[in-house]
Amino acid sequence: MLVAKRWQGLTRQDRRALRTGLLFISPWIVGFLAFRIVPFVMSFYYSFTFYPVLESPKWVGFDNFLTLARDPRFLSSLYNTAYFAVFAVPLGTIAGLLLAMLLNMKVRALSTFRTIFYLPSITPVVATSLVWLWMFNPRNGVINYVLSLVGIRGPGWLGSPEWAKPALILMSLWGVGGAVVIYLASLQDVPRELVEASQLDGANTARQIWHITLPMISPVILFNVIMGLIGAFQFFTEVHVMTGGSGSPADSTLMMSIYLWQSAFRFFKMGYASAQAWVLFTIIVIFTIILFRVSGRLVYYGGR
Amino acid sequence: MVSTRQTTLAAVADGPRRRPRTLRYRVLFATTSVFKYAALVFFSGFFVLPWVWMISTSLKNPQELAVWPPIWIPNPIRWDNYVSAFRQAAFAQYVINTLIVAVPSVIGAVLSNALVAYGFARVRWPGRDIVFAVVLATLILPGFVTFIPLYIIFRKLNWINTYLPLVIPAWLGSPFFIFLLRQFFMGLPLELSDAARVDGASEFGIFWRIILPLARPAIAVVALFEFIGSWNAYFGPLIYLNDKAKYTISLGIANMQTSYGFMNFAWIMAATVMSVFPIIVLFFFAQRTFIEGIALTGLKG
Repeated sequence: MLVAKRWQGLTRQDRRALRTGLLFISPWIVGFLAFRIVPFVMSFYYSFTFYPVLESPKWVGFDNFLTLARDPRFLSSLYNTAYFAVFAVPLGTIAGLLLAMLLNMKVRALSTFRTIFYLPSITPVVATSLVWLWMFNPRNGVINYVLSLVGIRGPGWLGSPEWAKPALILMSLWGVGGAVVIYLASLQDVPRELVEASQLDGANTARQIWHITLPMISPVILFNVIMGLIGAFQFFTEVHVMTGGSGSPADSTLMMSIYLWQSAFRFFKMGYASAQAWVLFTIIVIFTIILFRVSGRLVYYGGR
Repeated sequence: MVSTRQTTLAAVADGPRRRPRTLRYRVLFATTSVFKYAALVFFSGFFVLPWVWMISTSLKNPQELAVWPPIWIPNPIRWDNYVSAFRQAAFAQYVINTLIVAVPSVIGAVLSNALVAYGFARVRWPGRDIVFAVVLATLILPGFVTFIPLYIIFRKLNWINTYLPLVIPAWLGSPFFIFLLRQFFMGLPLELSDAARVDGASEFGIFWRIILPLARPAIAVVALFEFIGSWNAYFGPLIYLNDKAKYTISLGIANMQTSYGFMNFAWIMAATVMSVFPIIVLFFFAQRTFIEGIALTGLKG
């Protein structure tokens, strides 16, 4: 009805434009409906069902969610994911900014350093995971060897429940180069006049960074933090490769994504897995909203 | 504090670019330089170390793997490991399979995303901006919410254990690429289209003959990122491919690690090096496209 009414109100020219426009975006419309909206709604429905793939889904109400709240493995997957995100996202942001600022200090051989930092971020994740798996080997891996050079007896890393997550966080910093390139590009866009004016006013480097540089690139930081957070909540491949999909040792690397995958493809509990997916989704939405809210006060959009 | 202010003021009086070469300034400049390069070299070490370890391991004898302290330069250097990757595992097959996925995905991604982006950037239709907001909103829709129903849909279509679930979605637009191409299309002058329209060109004609050729740099970014995406993909192949003969490269290499143990790690590393190699080569050939592309995607957010 409403659509028909709107259609009536359009001029002939508008209608033709609408038809052309929709024709151009039709691939996206098909993909959006078939691969996003339909699965999205189905997943919501499945989360209220008992669905062992081979039989059709049976409605069970809130059972899956109630079971989740009491499932110790799910609770530890929540904890592990939060642990990973709380450390990996801020550390990645700080490391990315730090390296970008270093590169922005009129460095010779800039492109060489940039390449060194960037290459890991386009390296196949499986390759990265295998190399680090081998580097973290407590008995003859290179990490503990380097530590031994400075007199530290390295921990068991991926073999130890306390050190497995720090190992993953350390490894994730190796892929920080994509953010470095983005931050560097935005740092180069900060107007020189602003920096020079602050120097005239007697600002030292720290104050310059805090009052000029960081506010100017804050929209880019926000974007990267949000994308980083969404990525951290879905952290999967590295753990799957390094632990053979188990989240070992003692479930200490059992991320939400890993447990979700196990529920669906090891235990074939599609309904239960969908319920987990919706918890994960809700958490991501809440954090994105919080970040936008908080950043409203912190991010400077320069009148744009 | 006061003295810095004075020197800066003096510098400004001298001219915009000249700085006073006082002793204090030189000392300060030298210490920052030393500190700057020391920090860069230190961090580079962290980024370079895994590469060195990867290549070194790929050339070792099995006995050299478990030695402490670690051996950096194997003796003798075992180039054989690179041959073993082909003989012990189906490395060549994995590469071919990956190309079977990657090539049609790249073609589909370029065509579909360019079409859609054009519809958002250069056709003015009622409701366009609302629909585009929906496109952007799907950026934060996590894949983990939709993959179970998708798996079930693909199973009903009998697409499991085929490459279709990995290729077809690439033909139906991705929000990230749509966004990127739209930014680029909007930067092209409107007069180009107007002139062609006066000459009687259709909207599709304008897209195909005028805009698309001009958008080559942006299209290169899409093609490159889609190719790398297919090459590096793990989750999709993991859930949709059952048959080992159909595995793509990432899945194949991960499978080598679980199927063969510790003593085979040297040639598995050789396979890993070979799997990274095309990406590195691609990077060095298209370095500018990469850097500009990634900066473009992160900046306008």
